[in-house]
Amino acid sequence: MVKSRLRAALIGTVAALAFAGPAAAQGVVKIAYLEGLSGPFGNVGEVGLRHLQFAAERINEKGGVLGQKIEVVPFDTKTSPQEAQLVFKQLVDQGIRYMMQGNGSAVALALSEAMGKHNARNPEQTVLYMNYGAVDPALTNDKCNFYHFRFDADVDMKMQALTNYMAAQKSINKVYLINQDYSFGQSVAKAARAMLNQKRPDVQIVGDDLHPLGKVKDFAPYVAKIKASGADAVVTGNWGNDVALLIKAAKDAGLTADFYTYYAGGLGTPPVIGEAGVGHLKQVTVFHSNIGGSGTVANVEAYRKRFPDSKDDFYWTSIINAMTMLTMAMEKVKSTDPVKVAPALEGIKIDTITGEVTMRADNHQAVQPIFVSTFSKANGKDVKFDVERTGFGFRTDARIEAKDTALPTTCKFQRPKG
Amino acid sequence: MSAMFPWRRLLVWSAMAAVMIVAPLVFTQGFAVSMLSQMGIAIIFALSYNMLLGQTGMLSFGHAVYFGLGAFFAAHALNAIGANTLGWPVSLLPLIGGAAGLVFGVIFGYITTKHSGTPFAMISLGIAEMVAACSLMFPSFFGGEGGISTDRVVGNPVMGVDFGPSIQVYYLIAAWCFVCMIAMFALTQTPLGRMANAVRDNPERARFVGYNPTRVRFFMLSLAGFFAGIAGALEVINFGNVLLMAFIGGIGHFYGPIIGAVLVTFLQSALSNYTQAWLLYFGLFFLVMILFAPGGIASLLTLHKPAVQTRTFGRLLLPYAGAAAAAAILMLGLVALVEMLYHLETKAEQVGTVMSLFGRQMDTATAQPWIVAAGILLVGGVLLVFVARFVRAGWGHVTVAVNRAKGI
Amino acid sequence: MEFFLVTLLNSLSYGLLLFMLSSGLTLIFSMMGVLNFAHASFYMLGAYFAYQTSTYVGFWPALVIAPLVVAGLGALTERYGLRTVHKYGHVAELLFTFGLAYIIEEVVHLIWGRAPVPYRIPEILDFSAFSIFSTQYPAYRVFMMLISVAMLVALYLVLTRTRIGMIIQASLSHPDMVQALGHNVPTVFMLVFAGGAALAGLAGVIGGNAFVTEPGMAVSVGTIVFVVVVFGGMGSLAGAFIASLIIGAVQTFSVAFDYSLLSLFGTIGIKVNTESGWMELWKVTIAQAAPVLPYLLMVAMLIVRPKGLMGTREG
Repeated sequence: MVKSRLRAALIGTVAALAFAGPAAAQGVVKIAYLEGLSGPFGNVGEVGLRHLQFAAERINEKGGVLGQKIEVVPFDTKTSPQEAQLVFKQLVDQGIRYMMQGNGSAVALALSEAMGKHNARNPEQTVLYMNYGAVDPALTNDKCNFYHFRFDADVDMKMQALTNYMAAQKSINKVYLINQDYSFGQSVAKAARAMLNQKRPDVQIVGDDLHPLGKVKDFAPYVAKIKASGADAVVTGNWGNDVALLIKAAKDAGLTADFYTYYAGGLGTPPVIGEAGVGHLKQVTVFHSNIGGSGTVANVEAYRKRFPDSKDDFYWTSIINAMTMLTMAMEKVKSTDPVKVAPALEGIKIDTITGEVTMRADNHQAVQPIFVSTFSKANGKDVKFDVERTGFGFRTDARIEAKDTALPTTCKFQRPKG
Repeated sequence: MSAMFPWRRLLVWSAMAAVMIVAPLVFTQGFAVSMLSQMGIAIIFALSYNMLLGQTGMLSFGHAVYFGLGAFFAAHALNAIGANTLGWPVSLLPLIGGAAGLVFGVIFGYITTKHSGTPFAMISLGIAEMVAACSLMFPSFFGGEGGISTDRVVGNPVMGVDFGPSIQVYYLIAAWCFVCMIAMFALTQTPLGRMANAVRDNPERARFVGYNPTRVRFFMLSLAGFFAGIAGALEVINFGNVLLMAFIGGIGHFYGPIIGAVLVTFLQSALSNYTQAWLLYFGLFFLVMILFAPGGIASLLTLHKPAVQTRTFGRLLLPYAGAAAAAAILMLGLVALVEMLYHLETKAEQVGTVMSLFGRQMDTATAQPWIVAAGILLVGGVLLVFVARFVRAGWGHVTVAVNRAKGI
Repeated sequence: MEFFLVTLLNSLSYGLLLFMLSSGLTLIFSMMGVLNFAHASFYMLGAYFAYQTSTYVGFWPALVIAPLVVAGLGALTERYGLRTVHKYGHVAELLFTFGLAYIIEEVVHLIWGRAPVPYRIPEILDFSAFSIFSTQYPAYRVFMMLISVAMLVALYLVLTRTRIGMIIQASLSHPDMVQALGHNVPTVFMLVFAGGAALAGLAGVIGGNAFVTEPGMAVSVGTIVFVVVVFGGMGSLAGAFIASLIIGAVQTFSVAFDYSLLSLFGTIGIKVNTESGWMELWKVTIAQAAPVLPYLLMVAMLIVRPKGLMGTREG
């Protein structure tokens, strides 16, 4: 009997939702931003939102696109794939045709698939997906989708850049791999092993550890093991506390090996690492604040001026690039219809603060320069900007050109007819 | 139980079925139908959880394990159907999920049901942690970060039903939900269901009359695993993608049975569109429920049954209205404070410190709105304490009347 | 040898930290029958309070102030929360502490944000105390061990040498009798709860800067502490101590072993089909499974001895 009462409550619930009817207002292009905005990763979602707002405001200041303003509509996915699929239905109901997401490949894969099925069944309501940071290679390979575009470099491309750099370092002889035990960490370990073997057969892989994701409190035993192996370089895809704790434990034990990471500069990580990482903590990214050039400085400063109280920095060039390419494509075909805009995005080239960025036509993956940088004390010169107001920033070690980061793809998507 | 045919019960069940059939015809939006499907699944899961907590008194933190594992086995089965290596109708897929849930219920139940109460709760938590950790270690079965994706549109359509459109999926879920509800209700009427209540209330006495409490707990847990597995399999059909991490440690599934699956689905999906602080409200609501109505909403209703029967409910109406008004004032102040804090914390930079709240514009950088909100909160709190006295007095009357009716 | 010694020290310091957490939990459980789900949240609050206090007056006052504030919160929780729900039984108490843990996390989000806070080791302790061959051993870890041992001794003395300790011990086994003798058992309960919370808070103060102070720290440490308590035996302080050390050692030492079932099969000469779907299971090394081992240990213990290592009561 309780159940029937619940049923009654259900009707009230849905009635409350009926407010959110279709609202495709004239004169605005709505971009849905799907990210966890509450819960443990809420702060990470907020940073992306600030960047998207930053990009949208700039476009709107110049009069928008085709005379229409860009409007950002945030949705909370709680970083859960199931929830993201529900949210996807909601944005379709509201008549939104563009969406952006980038935190978590699990969410990205679920969204890409849901979008693929939706677009196939409802071609008149086609949705286009801009991925600014979910880096599972599958998204532009086996599981690629015509309406999915990725603006960040994927795991394998970054590993390609990183191993190019490492191969040139003659001081590296013994490499230790330590990663989180889930698909991302496992693929980092696999890619590192394969590429290092190919580029520097003389380098020994002296250890290959996988540890559960986010469960290790004390990395001291792992560090003791790394030390015992005699490694002079460590490669890790760890993020969040798993990288911060690793670096802290390494410093405590006096381990001097260099750490090659993906996410040492991830939000919240530099303040925890602090002094412990200076000089031997490296990261591979498509951007950091100190790559130089007047455009970079202008952007970093404009972002700080726009959001003076938040401690994060200008970071997601992929969001800026996505919006630039999108408006260019829209203006090219004089339409905001994703069916026309998507083909126009293919092969599009833009000049950015990091160099030329191209959208590949065969798998919809952006190709761009990748940087290897070292965690250092900010000095106002080559380390002009610090990260998260810590007094520490990244210094560029090497710039790997776009053409050297492109990899073959297995993507075979179905192009829409016509 | 009267010996007569239970007409009333039949009426209630029929009405429920009617609501389930009509609901998607009223709310036709894609999101609404999705949410209705989601609620159907949540109801099965919540009721299976209720078999443990409500009927047998076992607080489990690991119930999502059976849901998740059921979902994974169902997903693999669905892919096997798609590859033509398994001949099985999609509409009966939940049975496969249920079987998986049952098997794991038997395995884990054997280990955990030797305990009850607090130790059982802790151990169930440990097992959930273990399964969650293992799931990340074996990507070929659990699909790693992306989970396993499936396509529910496989096999030959039966009478034009291929489960492509979400409305067909809704009716499949509704049908399963209805069948499971009847099955779980019927279970409460069996000797096992009765003994579960006895084990919950007094295990020693249950043992004394010749039932082994451990065995009763074991049977209940295994069966609860079965129903959770069915819910998991339906989730696969609904979303076509399963991810264990989303289930285990998902708070929604834990609170579900306590304050109602529907409410949770609503809070998660809809409330989060309106406020970022939904997690906090969620937690506060939960805590208030535990403090004042640990039996859930349903227990509040049973609590008032004697008052209605002795026709003294009217005595409570006025104090309740007063308490409701005071609580509303308190809530207003609290919500205002929380929303302003969240605004200042997360949004102030993007849109400025001015926010609109309850239709009014206010600047969170100035002291005035804070003082007003705190004042409202304080007034509400004082009023509530004041009114509580009248509520107690009202209940005094009710108790007297009830005792008189009992002839004490 | 170098590796062994370093790892031994690491396992000791980790085990002692676990004991600081599990001792409070065990005390509260054995007295009141309440499993405090918010216990790890008190650990987190200890770290955050210490961080906040240390930004004003430095680390040393924080070492005293933070646990006291946490103790105060613990006393309030017992007095106005647990005592209210007590009449509804243990499950309601459990749910109450669970909800409380949830709220504490949200409030921490609200006050300190979702990112970790820069709570650092005081500079005076930021050096390496000694070297074992080529590995440095940080002074802060030594300090952590000293604090833990001091607390252990203090706890032992309080429980065995003071009047209140005697009453607490008596209430553990015979609460009704203690009440009948005229002691105010509810107040004793409140004190024990506050004391347990203070221990967790102290662990937070010294653990928060050694590791990371962030909103997820309560959840990440919470379950492992429960495992310690179940493994050691519900309600046994000595059991909790031994279990803390064992689990600390298992977690740290297992990292070193790169053996898997596959290598075992190789040694005893079983051929494995490398194409089989079980390959993934055979390939898991002990090191890889390290953080799961405590749970496996717990399950094994429950099958062999449901009371736990030194437990006296069952479920």
